[in-house]
Parts: sequence; C-alpha cells; structure tokens
Amino acid sequence: MFVADVIFWLLSLTAIIAALGVVLVRDLFRSVLLLAVVFICVGGFFVLMSAEFLAVVQILIYVGAISILFVFAIMLTRNVRRGNSPNRLQIPAVFLSSLVLAALVVVAIGTEWKEIPAEEKSVVDMVQINSITAMDKGDLLDVDRSLIQSNEEPLGLADLLIGKFVLPFEAVSLLLLATLIGGLALARRQEGG
Amino acid sequence: MSLEGMLIVSAVLFSIGLYGTLARSNVIAVLMSLEIMFNAINIALVAMAKFVAPQSLQISLSSVLTGHVFVIFIITVAAAEIALGLGIILAMYRNNESVELTQADILQH
Repeated sequence: MFVADVIFWLLSLTAIIAALGVVLVRDLFRSVLLLAVVFICVGGFFVLMSAEFLAVVQILIYVGAISILFVFAIMLTRNVRRGNSPNRLQIPAVFLSSLVLAALVVVAIGTEWKEIPAEEKSVVDMVQINSITAMDKGDLLDVDRSLIQSNEEPLGLADLLIGKFVLPFEAVSLLLLATLIGGLALARRQEGG
Repeated sequence: MSLEGMLIVSAVLFSIGLYGTLARSNVIAVLMSLEIMFNAINIALVAMAKFVAPQSLQISLSSVLTGHVFVIFIITVAAAEIALGLGIILAMYRNNESVELTQADILQH
C-alpha cells in the first residue's frame, strides 16, 4: 500500500501543478502541452484505482485525439504567444472557485461513506480489473464465489453497455452522428453568403 | 490513497477548471479548462466505483462497474463537444478574425 500512496501523491502533485499551469501560463501552446500532462496523470489515477481499460481509453482519446485537436485549433488561429490573457472577472472567479472547492472538500471529508467491506474488496477489484471481458463465475476464487448469488449475469463492461445501459449507449451514438454532421456543416465554407 | 484523497484531488482539479472557465478570455483556453473539469468528474466517478459499496453487491455484482460505464459516456460526450466546439471556434475566427470572448459581441450591436 505504501507504493500506491507514494504514486498517488506524485500523481496528484503533478496533476494539480500542471492544471494550474494550464489556466495561468500565457503561452497557449505550452498550456496545451500541460493539459496533456494533466490527462496522463488522470490516466495514472485510473490505473491506480484498477480501471485499466478506462486508462487506455483516456490515453487514446484525450492525449491522442483531443490534445492534437487543440494544437490544430491554436495553430490555425492567431495570438499563440500571448493568447491566454485573463479577462476582467479575476476576483469573482477566484472567489467562486474557492467557494466551490471549500464546499466539495467539506462534503468529501464530512460524509460518512459506506465503504466496501474488506472481504468483498477482492471480488470488486477482480471484476473491475477484468472489466472488458465477461467474467465467468468460475474465474473467481472459491472464497469470493460464496459472495455472489447463483443467478448472477455475466460481469463485463461490454455486457453492461449493450444490456442494462443500451438506451444511453444508442443515444450517445446518435449524438456522435449529429456531431459528425454538425462538424461537417460548420467546417464547410459558405457559398454565396 | 483513500476515497477522501481521491475526492479532494478531484475537487481541486474541478475548482482550477472552474476558475479557468470563468477568468480566461480566449475561447480555446475556456475549452481546455472545461476538459480539466470533465477529468475531475471522471476521477470522482471511478473513485466512487472503487471504494463505495453499492447498495446491492449481493444481488448484482456488475453494479460495481456502473461508474466505469458513466465515465465512458462522459468521455464520449466530451470528445463530441470538443470536436464541435473547435469547429465553432474556427468558424468564429473566420468571421471576425479573433477568438477572444470579449470581442464576440455581435449580438450587442
């Protein structure tokens, strides 16, 4: 557990400093690079919390695609060097965000979270680590198996996505289609207008 | 590494993103701050999925993956939002040669 704690502190320090850099550095290009550092740190958090599949997705989509899109957008517009200038809302913004921070921290510390009991922890970890494939109940250890009822459905992210969460899944695919069409319509040069 | 630690890191990242969203004048910088906020929320969701007991662990073990499913949806929506947002930024730049939010005041005139 000690190693995990050290990695946690390193990751959170890096993530917070890099995030501060994103909002404070004046050079927009540097702030995109710092944003990629934040994304990688968040991927590290996912690995730390046994969500390896999400970590891979995070690196692929955020670091690989979104950062590059930002670089393109910055390079295609002007004022790269001094582009990240503050506006007139400095003091209200600091006030509001520190208020939100205080509220969130108070809630996070003050609430009595109902944590997973230690004997069920191994099952939860195992299901989350193997999240992509549907696990057979035979894959679990004998001790763990007693915790699961016999009529348990397969345990996998894919089964959830096309089973229990099929409606949001289809809605998201519709959203992606709409985004595709909207992006094409925006990027096309208007004729005669 | 505990639930509270993860939630506090997530809260700090969220507040930094909120500050950036409110206090920057460049649209691209505002979008980047929005991404930081999305990531903070994802950290909180995964931490909840790992540490907090679902109400019905005995009945359906697959409920420990619900947080992960939510994160997948959030990542998808964020990617769509960024693709469209950057398209809008480029259209804005084409029309008034600037991506400053303070100069996008065509509705005021």
